[in-house]
Amino acid sequence: MAEVLVVTSGKGGVGKTTSTAALGAALAQAGQKVAVVDFDVGLRNLDLVMGAERRVVYDLINVANGEARLNQALIRDKRIDTLHLLAASQTRDKDALTEEGVRRVIGELRERFDWVICDSPAGIERGAQLAMRYADLAVVVANPEVSSVRDSDRIIGLLDSKTERAENGGHMEKHLLLTRYDAARAGRGEMLSVEDVLEILSIPLLGIIPESEEVLRASNVGSPVTLNNATSAPARAYLDAARRLCGEDVPMSIPMQKKNLFDRLFGRRAA
Amino acid sequence: MIQTSPTRAIRFRGRSFLALVLNPEQPLAGWLAEIDAWLERSSGFFGGKPVVVDVTGLGFERDGLQDLITQLAGRAIRVMGIEGAPGHLASPDLPPFLNGGRPATFIDIPASPETPPASKPQGLVIDAPVRSGQSIVHPDGDVTVLGSIASGAEVIAGGSIHVYGALRGRALAGAYGNPRARIFCRKLECELLSIDGLYKIADEIAPELRKKPVQAWLDHETITIKLID
Repeated sequence: MAEVLVVTSGKGGVGKTTSTAALGAALAQAGQKVAVVDFDVGLRNLDLVMGAERRVVYDLINVANGEARLNQALIRDKRIDTLHLLAASQTRDKDALTEEGVRRVIGELRERFDWVICDSPAGIERGAQLAMRYADLAVVVANPEVSSVRDSDRIIGLLDSKTERAENGGHMEKHLLLTRYDAARAGRGEMLSVEDVLEILSIPLLGIIPESEEVLRASNVGSPVTLNNATSAPARAYLDAARRLCGEDVPMSIPMQKKNLFDRLFGRRAA
Repeated sequence: MIQTSPTRAIRFRGRSFLALVLNPEQPLAGWLAEIDAWLERSSGFFGGKPVVVDVTGLGFERDGLQDLITQLAGRAIRVMGIEGAPGHLASPDLPPFLNGGRPATFIDIPASPETPPASKPQGLVIDAPVRSGQSIVHPDGDVTVLGSIASGAEVIAGGSIHVYGALRGRALAGAYGNPRARIFCRKLECELLSIDGLYKIADEIAPELRKKPVQAWLDHETITIKLID
């Protein structure tokens, strides 16, 4: 039976789409059948990050409204056979999606894939609520700064109240993915520490993705970071996170700052 | 010829009824407006009930008294007696003057929609964190939160609020009028504290209390916060 995973955050720009692509690719690299679904209707990005923007014919709205079959809309990745994309429509808006349509599409995807990963739009409105509506578990993406953490807290509240699973009295599994973590800045106290974020959100940690130019480089060439440069630090962090999602026990290390001579001589600089 | 019939003694019996006593207040227009507001919520409340008007100390002359009775009649309140009016004002077109009334317990007035029947205070225990954007409203008693109250979350309680985690959002205790309500927390990082409608924002809280276990209570209309050792 498929796992339906929503990647969500509340705040925009924290790395939902990057994480959806990287986790989806990482799971597919491990041999799982994966569909990544872009719920950001009107502001679609996942197709770009996946490098499939020139192959989109039908999208989520078409399938949800019965204008196209799922087979016609699914775009198979050119690099990994088991990775598929269902793009969002750029010309419509979030009101074009209906709860019933989404339920039907997710149901169909469940039958064909091991993992259905829903890339949520930012915000807490209809689009974000539809993306999480039929999920079994959630990856909450947050940056180590206060506004992102508070927005994630808000989203966790919605995951516990607005999803079908929560409404039926079930438990919504939630994992925290801390992205854009800069060890040097955290060391200087310019960012929240991992402990601070975990204390505030009190959900289990799935992984810490270090801030890296590799992420931007990969997204500019239209490739998930785990495919583009699998040995880079962010790619390894995403690959580990994907293994943890599959239930493997992978030890987690908090990225530490490498102290250089300057830091050793002058100690901590003020934030 | 005087026709005689078997004499039957006329028998008088005393019987007491509980009357609803209205105490008009000056200025009369304002008092009547209040009556109107009351009638709007519970129309027909006075229907069929014996109503007595107590005008003690209002210094009405006959015209004023007549006007009051007319005003009440216009609101379908039929007055069966007037209490506390000087005897020389009595006239056939006014309801009879009464004296010797004894105070009785309040007549059972049906609760108006605004005032739900007072229920027994009950505690509410929340064994999960209160997330940003969530609002816990519990008018009937204490609220105990086992986790933290996040920034941007709020807990509103009729009684006290107990937080076994960090209090980062808003806590409003005694929110329905209870100056004896208190707020307890393990770690004070709140945005706002309020007891009985009085409040304190984070900026007004001494910095040495931040991130500490504290209790807050009302001392002479001032929110007082102290460390719990």
